[in-house]
Amino acid sequence: MIKPVILWTDSLIFLLAAVVVAFILYARSKPHIRTPWKRVFSGRIASASVVILLAFVLVGLLDSLHYRLPLAANGSTGEIHYAGEVLSALDALVGPLRTQVEKTYSAPFATHLFTMETIELEDGSKVRDYPRLLYGARGLGVAGEGRAGDIIKRCLLAVAETLLAGVLLLIAVSAWLGRRHGQPAGSMTRGILQGILPIPWRTILLTLALLLLLLFLAINLAGAYHVLGTDKVGQDVFYLSLKSIRTGLVIGTLTTLIMLPFAIFTGILAGYARGWTDDVVQYVYTTLNSIPGVLLIAAAILMLQVFIATHADYFETTVERADIRLLFLCIILGITSWTGLCRLLRGESLKLREAEYIQAAVCFGVAHGKIITRHILPNVMHVVLITVVLDFSGLVLAEAVLSYVGVGVDPTMNSWGNMINGARLEMAREPVVWWSLLAAFLFMFILVLAANLFSDAVRDAFDPRTRAR
Amino acid sequence: MFAYIVRRLAYAIPILIGINLLTFYLFFVVNSPDDMARMHLGIKRVTPEAIEGWKASHGYDKPLLVNTGVTGIHKLTDTIFFEKSLKLFVFDFGSSDDGRDISFDIGQRMLPSLAIAVPSLIIGLLVNITFALLMAFFRGTYVDLSGVVLCVVLMSISAMFYIIGGQYLLAKLFRLVPISGFDSGLNALKFIVLPVVIGVVSGIGAGSRWYRTFFLEEAGKDYVRTARAKGLAESLVLFRHILRNALIPIVTGVVSLLPLLFMGSLLLESFFAVPGLGSYTIDGIQNQDFAIVRVMVFLGSVLYIIGLIMVDIAYTLVDPRIRLT
Repeated sequence: MIKPVILWTDSLIFLLAAVVVAFILYARSKPHIRTPWKRVFSGRIASASVVILLAFVLVGLLDSLHYRLPLAANGSTGEIHYAGEVLSALDALVGPLRTQVEKTYSAPFATHLFTMETIELEDGSKVRDYPRLLYGARGLGVAGEGRAGDIIKRCLLAVAETLLAGVLLLIAVSAWLGRRHGQPAGSMTRGILQGILPIPWRTILLTLALLLLLLFLAINLAGAYHVLGTDKVGQDVFYLSLKSIRTGLVIGTLTTLIMLPFAIFTGILAGYARGWTDDVVQYVYTTLNSIPGVLLIAAAILMLQVFIATHADYFETTVERADIRLLFLCIILGITSWTGLCRLLRGESLKLREAEYIQAAVCFGVAHGKIITRHILPNVMHVVLITVVLDFSGLVLAEAVLSYVGVGVDPTMNSWGNMINGARLEMAREPVVWWSLLAAFLFMFILVLAANLFSDAVRDAFDPRTRAR
Repeated sequence: MFAYIVRRLAYAIPILIGINLLTFYLFFVVNSPDDMARMHLGIKRVTPEAIEGWKASHGYDKPLLVNTGVTGIHKLTDTIFFEKSLKLFVFDFGSSDDGRDISFDIGQRMLPSLAIAVPSLIIGLLVNITFALLMAFFRGTYVDLSGVVLCVVLMSISAMFYIIGGQYLLAKLFRLVPISGFDSGLNALKFIVLPVVIGVVSGIGAGSRWYRTFFLEEAGKDYVRTARAKGLAESLVLFRHILRNALIPIVTGVVSLLPLLFMGSLLLESFFAVPGLGSYTIDGIQNQDFAIVRVMVFLGSVLYIIGLIMVDIAYTLVDPRIRLT
């Protein structure tokens, strides 16, 4: 039996996912919440970026189901020991990608290693040459002949599979839409293809098809080649990039999740109660805000390093240690970033406090707690939502910088920041080792771009100031 | 005005005290000096004598808050809190964990930081305003739309990619400038060019999109409509009316950044091996030099607060409608 491992960030991620699902179920019956969301999803760019974000989230969630494999049972006691390595559902899915480790660097789609080695031939003589990869281009001959043909064949196969899957998807979606709207599926298909439906299904399906194409390409190619090359210790860069998605998402989402309750509480309290409460809250956030963010994070992480180093026995596996550090990083980032939201909420509640309906509620003798939860909180939620979405991309980018400075995630953890950090010195090589850097930047860029486009749409839909225009 | 500045400075004192207490707590209470010593000397097989020796040589061997071993005023002054934290207020930074005088180092490293930061700021400001004006002039057209899309794309690229890509392209491939390094006097010029270019380019996306909103906000106001109604050319409206009024938030925003320029840019300086305060901070963090990090936290906060006060003053200077009382 495998032993499930629930890391701290895992539980928080699934808590967050549950909250989001609960919110969606709740919002379905509330027209005033649905209207702005409909506006978000009526945009083509926003819909496409949501699809891409969801793909990232799916990989992140799969990578958050952790477990440990049992070792061969100890015969005498019958007690089962578990491997020190913590795997995830994603590892199980990608299978050979994780285990097909070469010796060192190799370029994307390479047949041979990047560096020369002394190879002993069968007759005992020795030559300096590039050794053949152990797993890369495995199905081909020793010299890697016929590689182009093989790659093209696999690509064509992937395209064919995508077309098939795409058509099936189109049929399924139009049948589903047809049933919902009580119309024949055929007219729905036409509507999708002409792009005349209120929700841009054509764009959504095209984005999905693009993702499917990438998926099929990965399935067909990644098993036989190192599509994005291998890194210094021979690990597949594509696999590392996939594993880094979770780290990026955790930093981007958990940071806000952790600081959210605190920011909402203090912000509304300061704005609503005014007086000395307001002074105290303002003092606290001005003080925290005055410390340059990187330095506060650096100071806190340095202290955490000392703590971890002196209490090494608290952590069963290295993954758990890295996880605590990740969680702590989220908390610290949360501490430095709650100030902005708190200030916004304070201003908003100060304004709302004077609104007539709140004054009326006060006159009717409604308790303060009820006024806050019933009248003020729902009316500042758009500020919260916009901040959360806007912060996400900045946090993902910040992770890379912090890892470079040395106060980011644990060096053993897969993250884009660590990938960049490990690869940037290799730019001095001749010829250049560019693939790790490019892979990390590409994944990061797509995630951040999608998040930025999505957050713009959310802001436009929810911000009353932009709505008026 | 003068009374206002004095009052603002007085407000800054409790904030600085708060920061001081926070750093003291982080650096000396969360982890004791013993932990720090162990961190530096290696975790395993470290003798208590070695720890005591390390603490004594770095001045961490005193009690935290109250020294009961001595009498009189020394009860309070002969402590870590007084020696390491309170002395920051008079800018007595002491020495770093490897024994160098921090104040001297900071003085040495301030100029290279400014040499990168000031040109980046000025050129970046000009470039961003130009792009933003261009987008505002063509607002609602495809020029504007594609400009905004381009800004979002530029924003989504990590700053590290700009640096690594720029170093590779301009320095390695085209060999226009040295990859990294620094020199004194005018010789520094060729080392400054690349960081400044990269600093400017990496800021274009966020900067010009942000400034564009200022311009568009002004463009929707009544006085602009009046200006158009009386027959002014669109370019005149843009430069004489919109630009001047939109500059108020832009200038004040920049003013708040001015003091922090001394701190330099962490990434640029460390990638280009510029001996400035940014790389000093990074080195401090990476060598786990707690003294340097502590000093930089304090210095950064002081500069930030000065920036806030300068913004308020700048507002009154640029915008005659605002009076400070």
